[in-house]
Amino acid sequence: MTEEDSSAKMSEDVEQYLKLNPPCSSSSSSSAVAFANKSGTFKSSSPPCPEHVLENVLENVLQFLTSRCDRNAVSLVCKSWYRVEAQTRFEVFIGNCYSLSPARLTHRFKGLRSIVLKGKPRFADFNLMPPNWGAQFAPWVAATAKAYPWLEKVHLKRMFVTDDDLALLAESFPGFKELTLVCCEGFGTSGIAVIANKCRQLKVLDLVESEVTDDEVDWISCFPEGKSHLESLSFDCVESPINFNALEGLVVRSPFLKKLRTNRFVSLEELHRLMVRAPQLTSLGTGSFSPDNAPQGEQLPDYAAAFLACKSIVCLSGFREFRPEYLLAISPVCANLTSLNFSYANISPHMLMPIIRNCHNIRVFWALDSIRDEGLQAVAATCKELRELRIFPFDPREDSEGPVSGVGLQAISEGCRKLESILYFCQRMTNEAVTAMSENCPQLTVFRLCIMGRHRPDHVTGKPMDDGFGAIVKNCKKLTRLAVSGLLTDEAFSYIGEYGKLIRTLSVAFAGNSDKALRYVLEGCPKLQKLEIRDSPFGDAGLRSGMHRYCNMRFVWLSSCVLSLGGCRDVAQALPNVVVEVFGSDGDDDDDTVTGDYVETLYLYRSLDGPRKDAPKFVTIL
Amino acid sequence: MEKVGVYDELDNLKATELRLGLPGTEETVSCGKSNKRALPNNTEKEIESTGKTETASPPKAQIVGWPPVRSYRKNNIQTKKNESEGQGNYVKVSMDGAPYLRKIDLTMYKQYPELMKSLENMFKFSVGEYFEREGYKGSDFVPTYEDKDGDWMLVGDVPWEMFVSSCKRLRIMKGSEVKGLGCGV
Repeated sequence: MTEEDSSAKMSEDVEQYLKLNPPCSSSSSSSAVAFANKSGTFKSSSPPCPEHVLENVLENVLQFLTSRCDRNAVSLVCKSWYRVEAQTRFEVFIGNCYSLSPARLTHRFKGLRSIVLKGKPRFADFNLMPPNWGAQFAPWVAATAKAYPWLEKVHLKRMFVTDDDLALLAESFPGFKELTLVCCEGFGTSGIAVIANKCRQLKVLDLVESEVTDDEVDWISCFPEGKSHLESLSFDCVESPINFNALEGLVVRSPFLKKLRTNRFVSLEELHRLMVRAPQLTSLGTGSFSPDNAPQGEQLPDYAAAFLACKSIVCLSGFREFRPEYLLAISPVCANLTSLNFSYANISPHMLMPIIRNCHNIRVFWALDSIRDEGLQAVAATCKELRELRIFPFDPREDSEGPVSGVGLQAISEGCRKLESILYFCQRMTNEAVTAMSENCPQLTVFRLCIMGRHRPDHVTGKPMDDGFGAIVKNCKKLTRLAVSGLLTDEAFSYIGEYGKLIRTLSVAFAGNSDKALRYVLEGCPKLQKLEIRDSPFGDAGLRSGMHRYCNMRFVWLSSCVLSLGGCRDVAQALPNVVVEVFGSDGDDDDDTVTGDYVETLYLYRSLDGPRKDAPKFVTIL
Repeated sequence: MEKVGVYDELDNLKATELRLGLPGTEETVSCGKSNKRALPNNTEKEIESTGKTETASPPKAQIVGWPPVRSYRKNNIQTKKNESEGQGNYVKVSMDGAPYLRKIDLTMYKQYPELMKSLENMFKFSVGEYFEREGYKGSDFVPTYEDKDGDWMLVGDVPWEMFVSSCKRLRIMKGSEVKGLGCGV
């Protein structure tokens, strides 16, 4: 991870230099000098022939380089290498859609096949951002439709995508193969219908945690007749009924289908029929996992037999409205499972035990806290290969019961030594349990602990949670992502700043005492890219302490802190390559939300092309 | 706001008379709460003031966006709770001119005023005032619904409970189409 980040950082600096001095353009801008060139000088232009030969050779070599960090590094060697790299790059990753304009993308890369594009910052998921803030896919699809007729793959996260955008996509790319929409919104089943119908080479249609409006269109029937290329179809987030017969017909004519995630409108009987038609499935989203209300005259389907027949299933999810009496039907596949997602199912420890005791190969386990500490102990006893654990709250309120605690956390740490990633919601926690995890799980790269009671101290000692989180950053040397909670003083942040050497993403809520905390982080954490903070007592002085590094970060989000307009303006003026947005949580067009000096939300990010032109009225760009 | 004596006189007519005046002036019957128990009235907590308008949630004392669980997950659990209590009643709402439909859970509302307010928020319009014999006045938009028999009725014509049990879907009509519905059937 270290190399990746340092070369990415260097690459971004020089990329900026090159942007101001694009190799292909004839005019050289004098403003290029404004940005320090850290990677050394470039070769001056040499006689064409040898260079062309070199470029041909290079092209053949570069096709083996797929990692974007390697490619960034290659593009820095000299202008010639930059050019060849641009010609041979087929996949591009854009972590913030506002960090550059679509025109810049199409200008540099001429032959893209795959685009990953991320829009809104994560806190938008929690209603902290007013609707219609932006991140529209429209300008991107318009630009790429013209530039990349052979585009095959689009992966969007937190973007606003309309049905028109989907229609344009479907029409513009004859070879289109993969569409993945994660946490997106703005479209409905009519847009999906167009994709299904027009993308004749479609292999992947994955709708994940997206809001899909019900336009009352039977989109499943819109897949064309004849053999389909589908390998993955995920629509578990689509909150509207589907035409089951059409789905069954589609599955029958999709011999390559490996991943199928149905929504809660697919009953257990229907699931059974699908499984019988597609025993080759490796990943199955089980829909409601509950039988139809309609009485079944004949014999009940043998669900366990269906699971037994699907020998290849390694990933199970769904269980949206599950009935406990049917849960054991999945037993035949438990031993092979590597991923199990029970996070929509109110599963008690009693229900979990018989299942989990066979899941020796599980690497990813998501569940609700309804499994309680007991359930976690059962997981710890069996799942020795566990890499990722996520425990969500069944009752997501501050004062709810709290069926999981430090007991469960500690048990997991003792049983699952290979753990790399954890997201754990609880009501209360102890430093001891957190410290135990830091010592038992040295492979942790992601530690996200959400103590739902704000400002809650260690419930045994009454002390702040500083020591626990301190132990995490000290002992987990590979940690790249950290989310903190509970009662935390500035001291916790001094540990984070000092020991969090590889941290790229930090989430803070209701924590810290003063600007010192923010300063510790901004003056430490050398790899910090994404900083999201809410409801913490950080002000202008803290904000100012990060001026030296905002150009090298993807974004900083500060909401409900103590920032003033003046302080934010200072940052905006000092850093022309950083866009500083300020807005309130209401998003009412009529309001002049920047009333007075108080800043409710600050969102800043680096950008190569200056402030965006599509900002709504409630956003002020300083 | 305290109830004033004048409302007592109207109690007798409550079964048939519907007023779309200011909300919050009538005792409510709880039909399908989405929470397991009432939240304590805790002064540290702020009132939820989210821009989300999918449903007019019963007022909860909670911080916006905390805990950080995507509403997508919360909604699913709540859906389950409603359905397990046998009360969830989702109907589609369309508005003439609006490009897509919305869905609301009728059991989340206790009376017409709440429902109207929620619809107004959702689609950004104003419904005007309801008069028993004349229908809605003062606005181009009129809320209508399709009942079990397939008839299109004016929202507000029947007592609330009857409405909730018979309403299949809602449609906010615009302008002249509505004239014929003034008298119900």
